[in-house]
Amino acid sequence: MTINEIQDELIDDFSFYQDWMEKYELIIQMGKELPLIDEANKQDQFIIKGCQSKVWLFPELKDGKLFFTADSDAVITKGLVSLMVKVLSGHSPKEIADADLYFIDQIGLKEHLSPTRANGLLSMVKQMKLYGLALAAKV
Amino acid sequence: MDTLDIKTIREDFPILKREVNGKPLVYLDNGATTQKPKAVIDAIINYYTDMNSNVHRGVHYLSQISTDAFEITRRKVQEFINAKHDYEIIITKGTTDSINLVASCYGQEFISNGDEIIISAMEHHSNIVPWQMICEAKGAILKVIPMTEHGELDMETYKSFLNPKTKIVAVNYVSNALGTINPVKEIIDLAHAQNIPVLIDAAQAVQHIKIDVQALDVDFLVFSGHKMYGPTGVGVLYGKEYWLNKMPPYQGGGDMIKDVTFEKTTYNELPFKFEAGTPNIEAGIALNAAIDYINRLGLDNIKKYEDDLLQYATEKLQEIKGLRIIGTAKEKSSVISFVVEGTHPYDIGVLLDKMGIAVRTGHHCAQPVMEQFHIPGTVRASLAVYNTKEEIDALVAGVNRAVAMLV
Repeated sequence: MTINEIQDELIDDFSFYQDWMEKYELIIQMGKELPLIDEANKQDQFIIKGCQSKVWLFPELKDGKLFFTADSDAVITKGLVSLMVKVLSGHSPKEIADADLYFIDQIGLKEHLSPTRANGLLSMVKQMKLYGLALAAKV
Repeated sequence: MDTLDIKTIREDFPILKREVNGKPLVYLDNGATTQKPKAVIDAIINYYTDMNSNVHRGVHYLSQISTDAFEITRRKVQEFINAKHDYEIIITKGTTDSINLVASCYGQEFISNGDEIIISAMEHHSNIVPWQMICEAKGAILKVIPMTEHGELDMETYKSFLNPKTKIVAVNYVSNALGTINPVKEIIDLAHAQNIPVLIDAAQAVQHIKIDVQALDVDFLVFSGHKMYGPTGVGVLYGKEYWLNKMPPYQGGGDMIKDVTFEKTTYNELPFKFEAGTPNIEAGIALNAAIDYINRLGLDNIKKYEDDLLQYATEKLQEIKGLRIIGTAKEKSSVISFVVEGTHPYDIGVLLDKMGIAVRTGHHCAQPVMEQFHIPGTVRASLAVYNTKEEIDALVAGVNRAVAMLV
């Protein structure tokens, strides 16, 4: 599936839920599906620091595709991270660098990308795209 | 007024009627900023509708009435904290600005290489960093009074810190992260016994506890307007005349000068020496309305009501399985910080928000405090006079619901 097909599928999944708490149940559930970063890779250079919750993000290039493993110390952040990884991981670095992540807005999670949320998610999206940009030159 | 009618008080705060995420707003982030009563909002509107003009400058009518209104606030503040003179009240941008002013100007004049500055382990970053900066500039040493596991200052260590090299002590009255009320009178007396001045950060105290600067004999007292039902962008530095006269000006500019030539500028008298530039006039004027509002309710009534509510909240929250209150000092004011086993404060904060409940989560600009308790942060509910037991019940139900989802 392309990045946009995955995004559309997520928008579909979330459209079943009107209630905020149900949406967050789903986000927490998604967190459990996140491909976890190896404990050995939980090093400072792979930490994306928000003011409140921590995110670890590890990039790996395999056969021209960029894969991410990650983790967070907060459950909701982990769920949000999982959504990003689900959308972006396994695509070419150029596709990742160029991706337009419209799904966040459409499923009503835009607030989490605001700098005041301090959850590190905005920095994480930037970092994922930076990895894409940097590695696009190598592929 | 003997007992407060909270229902009527809530009517004074228009924002409390609104909904958040489809739920009635439960505002428990008063330590960050309080909501504003209509009297304060009206004062701001009235200023721009009726008297907008620069202060301390014009001979024209509007400038005179805005200057008068601004100066009424200064005298209102003087009365409110029982300062000896109105010119000991410096109007600043807020607590942070006030502390930076003292650290910079007192530091410039009185602190030199090898001197010591005492702060405490429960300070807000704004009562840490300005002192670190002056320490770095002057080669002085920062000494930190430790605290116990209950979040109380270790007074024996404090006593042992005081020595002829100590040039100033700066501690908070009430901890924003833990709610601890510190024994400020004792802290001041001990320092004064060795002729050391003391700055008290009263940002979390002045809206809850009656303060008398002469009775305390405090040298500097600082607080913000926006945490005491007033507008943002205005705060107070009270300083004893003796110290303020000895300190050099903070910033240069309009209002703080007497005569300016390119060879030599002479400075204005107190308080204007420390008030360079056009102040936040509307906030300064509206602060008067905020103090009137507090005075009308009576700080003693406010304190009694908030203490009861704090006790109720403490009891109810403690019933939640796995919940641990951070900061269990004997003397506390209006703040409950807590963590719940197996959850991150951020997660609880996000879910509470979706239920219309506003709390603060994180380190509350007091990272060293969190470090001492080995936690990434806390959930903090901080109370104001308009909060109710029903709102505490909503918080407890909300935390229970969040925990059920998270654990």
